[in-house]
Amino acid sequence: MTDFRSLLDRVKAEIREISVNEAHSRLGTDAVFVDVREPTETTDGHIDGARLIPRGLLELRIEDRVTRRDAPLIVYCAGGTRSAFAARTLHEMGYTDVVSMEGGFGAWKQAGHAFTVPRDLTSEQQMRYSRHLLIPEIGETGQRKLLDARVLMLGAGGLGSPSAYYLAAAGVGKIGIIDSDVVDRSNLQRQILHTDDRVGVPKVESAKQTLNALNPDVHVEAYNTRLNADNVLEIFQDYDIVVDGGDNFPTRYLVNDACVHLGLPNVTGSVFRFEGQVTVIKPGEGPCYRCLYPEPPPAEFAPSCQEAGVLGVLPGTIGLLQATEVIKLITGAGDPLVGRLLTYDALRQKFRELRIRRDPDCRMCGDNATFTGFTEYEHFCRL
Amino acid sequence: MAVSLRIPTALRKLAGGNESLALEADTVAQLVDALGDAHPQLAEQLVDDAGKVRRFVNLFVNDEDIRFLDDLDTELQDGDEVSIVPAIAGGH
Repeated sequence: MTDFRSLLDRVKAEIREISVNEAHSRLGTDAVFVDVREPTETTDGHIDGARLIPRGLLELRIEDRVTRRDAPLIVYCAGGTRSAFAARTLHEMGYTDVVSMEGGFGAWKQAGHAFTVPRDLTSEQQMRYSRHLLIPEIGETGQRKLLDARVLMLGAGGLGSPSAYYLAAAGVGKIGIIDSDVVDRSNLQRQILHTDDRVGVPKVESAKQTLNALNPDVHVEAYNTRLNADNVLEIFQDYDIVVDGGDNFPTRYLVNDACVHLGLPNVTGSVFRFEGQVTVIKPGEGPCYRCLYPEPPPAEFAPSCQEAGVLGVLPGTIGLLQATEVIKLITGAGDPLVGRLLTYDALRQKFRELRIRRDPDCRMCGDNATFTGFTEYEHFCRL
Repeated sequence: MAVSLRIPTALRKLAGGNESLALEADTVAQLVDALGDAHPQLAEQLVDDAGKVRRFVNLFVNDEDIRFLDDLDTELQDGDEVSIVPAIAGGH
């Protein structure tokens, strides 16, 4: 017969404990914080980045959430008792570097260390995003990041349609859309945000109607205008990520230059007939569009608009690759498509990946680049 | 060296409609020369009058951009795949 006190003493003798200050000094290292409190206790806050796994589900879920057995784990609960038992269990399961945080979350708060207070998902949201909540890489934390994210779509056309549609479904909180066109019947072969009865309606209005009908969580901001050097910074500064699905070179270069200037990630895609390209431009981490193509082609070297045909499903494929990258950037899941140009050939059903690098002499993001304002290229009907 | 040159859709009309060409060349410069004989209009799209690669086109040997290898002097091996990757802007 063992009473609680002696059991706890024995467990504490078997594990290692660290103080909240020592735990705090390991924030931002590869140490993984594991919060074993009940969901009702974590609503008041938790340590930023902690994996929330209630003690009762620990053995069941830990292998999904922490795959490496040698990962340094800092386990905490409210006061340091449950985490001591949890630490021993994790050790028994083969985790080799486990410590329990003495005094728990209470002592952490008492010491004045920062913590995150999660916004609760409503019961409708729990239902709507349940398939995201089941994925460890997204979960409640990732879903809240999606709900807080602000994404700007360049164009509500072939690429922007599928991309905005799925981002709205995923619960991206604010979606801005810039487009100055009206819906034309010839758009409907691929621009799935629009409908036959909205021919003649501004594309941004049509897009807003479709996205609002799909998900009332999403705030859609419509910009029925053409992007130019005068409005670009004012519009872009309210967003976290830009999705370039534009249809011309002058806008692509303007978007690139503004994103580099503001440090915004730009998920860029383009299509021509049966072929598409996608890459993520993350200023400071990888090359920008000008590192890849320093200048747009002059009119005589670009395909003319008479050649502008595109297989209707192709922008669907490319637009959804863009949406996937956006969700990864927001949630931090996986490896973003930075420094890699993905090309897709629908006829041969082949993807290729080309390595792309920063150009140290790039006039926009190179080592000696200085921002001297935006270059506006002449609009001509070329792709 | 026997290498293949992959032509993107947008430029195929300048290469007799071919999606790829089999060429003999030891360097990328030689490949462009060989292309100049067979399909001069396509070669003109890739390099300017001074013989430099145009700023809106990239040439890759396998998955590497020649600008980060030895540019036009990049040496080719048997079986290498050279790709023309032009800037494309279409999204609508």
